Amino acid sequence: MAEASILDRSRTVAGPGYNRWLIPPAALAIHLAIGQAYAFSVFKKPLGALISGDPAAPAAADWTPTQLGIIFSIAIVLLGLSAAIFGKWLERVGPRKAMMASALCFSGGFFIAALGVHLHNLWIVYFGYGVVGGIGLGIGYISPVSTLIKWFPDRRGVATGMAIMGFGGGAMIASPLSVALMDYFKTNGTGTLGVAATFLTLGVIYLLFMQFGVWTIRVPAEDWVPENYVPNPQHSALITSSNVSADNALKTPQFWLLWVVLLTNVTAGIGVLETASPLIQESFSDAVMGAGRGVTAAAAAGFVGLLSLFNLLGRFFWSSASDKMGRKTTYAIYFGLGIVLYALIPTLGRNIQLALYVGVACVIISMYGGGFATIPAYLSDLFGKYQVGAIHGRLLTAWSTAGVLGPLIVNFLHESRKAEGFTGAAAYQTVFYAMAGLLVVGLLANFAVTAVNAKYNEKGSVEAEPGGH
Amino acid sequence: MNQPPVSSAAPETTTSGGAVFIAWAFVGIPLLWGVSQTFIKALDLFK
Repeated sequence: MAEASILDRSRTVAGPGYNRWLIPPAALAIHLAIGQAYAFSVFKKPLGALISGDPAAPAAADWTPTQLGIIFSIAIVLLGLSAAIFGKWLERVGPRKAMMASALCFSGGFFIAALGVHLHNLWIVYFGYGVVGGIGLGIGYISPVSTLIKWFPDRRGVATGMAIMGFGGGAMIASPLSVALMDYFKTNGTGTLGVAATFLTLGVIYLLFMQFGVWTIRVPAEDWVPENYVPNPQHSALITSSNVSADNALKTPQFWLLWVVLLTNVTAGIGVLETASPLIQESFSDAVMGAGRGVTAAAAAGFVGLLSLFNLLGRFFWSSASDKMGRKTTYAIYFGLGIVLYALIPTLGRNIQLALYVGVACVIISMYGGGFATIPAYLSDLFGKYQVGAIHGRLLTAWSTAGVLGPLIVNFLHESRKAEGFTGAAAYQTVFYAMAGLLVVGLLANFAVTAVNAKYNEKGSVEAEPGGH
Repeated sequence: MNQPPVSSAAPETTTSGGAVFIAWAFVGIPLLWGVSQTFIKALDLFK
């Protein structure tokens, strides 16, 4: 039998004395890197002016915003697909090899995309950042999840919330970093408005940064439990001590109910995020607020920044709170409170209540982020720790679906209202009512979640993975 | 929290508090920088 590679699961088992608080930073190193995807929009203007050299005046041969939008869409679709496809492989080989694969794909995507930018070949960029990078996103997103849950059985929400908070924070780092790098390379005359050189640099930075996660991550020994840990101290029928495999999970109604829960929560959140900047500018324009008092483009960018902060904080706050409140209750709050707040937004817009409007949007987005961060712990409660990473990966197809569905619904409803002659806040009214309606569906799906039937449980010990320890 | 002694093939390791601090600093410093940049941008909304 061949000796196990240093990347294999069996070589990452922590010995006695290993401090579990090293695991969240390892997970964060991956999520902070791949969270860059949410900052891809900073490249859209320069990428759309590579021929003309002036983002304000693109040439006919320059790439259009629609063509460039496809890059991010491919990446998000590949995120969901690769998370679903590689989830079981990840559970078998362990987090270290998966994190290394993620680092190589994610940074490799940047290198290939840099070549595409240099040659002005959009298909190479699609393949590089979209396909190869997207696979890195998917594997990276799920790679630390089951490991964190195994290390923190007593604080599943806190642990996964910390990691998934990193995905939100990654864009906050990448956005100013990318702008600074492009300015530097443009000034130093590297061509392509500094984009190709920035892609290369980011590829190197992220490859190195993610290595910290690769080499720090450990899985706990089979019989390890935290000190003073009592399983299910607040016994709940929705927290199982059994295990369900990823294949069996797909056969349960609970998996599909949670799929709907994630789909509706994310689709509704995207409705706000997609439209945030034009929404606040049109709803509180000079025509509505009075000359010189309307929301400017800079202030709208500030609004988008504020939403990003609440998206980040919500991931940690709500996920941590779910450890105390229970997952089902937490999602009931997301949906119940969400329905009221989404339905309130058009009224606040009509009554020119800017401060309340901003506050409500922030709470909505905090619950959007919370929905992402709480779902791994919900899955772990229902299906056990055995293949929770793989199950989570399959559930992320709901995110990919929402990524396509959300903007479609928002744009269709908004354009329809505008065609009917509505302007300002009124043009978005049906968008928010439709999102509130979606949340009703999510609320009902969450309400229907019960304990998984015991017939789906694995028999006997399931901790030892093939090729494992 | 350190794990209690368990039967395992893996050798015993001790993690110092310094190592944990450095690990958190490695990811925390860039994150705080990113958050501060976003916060500064968000202030434009209130100008």
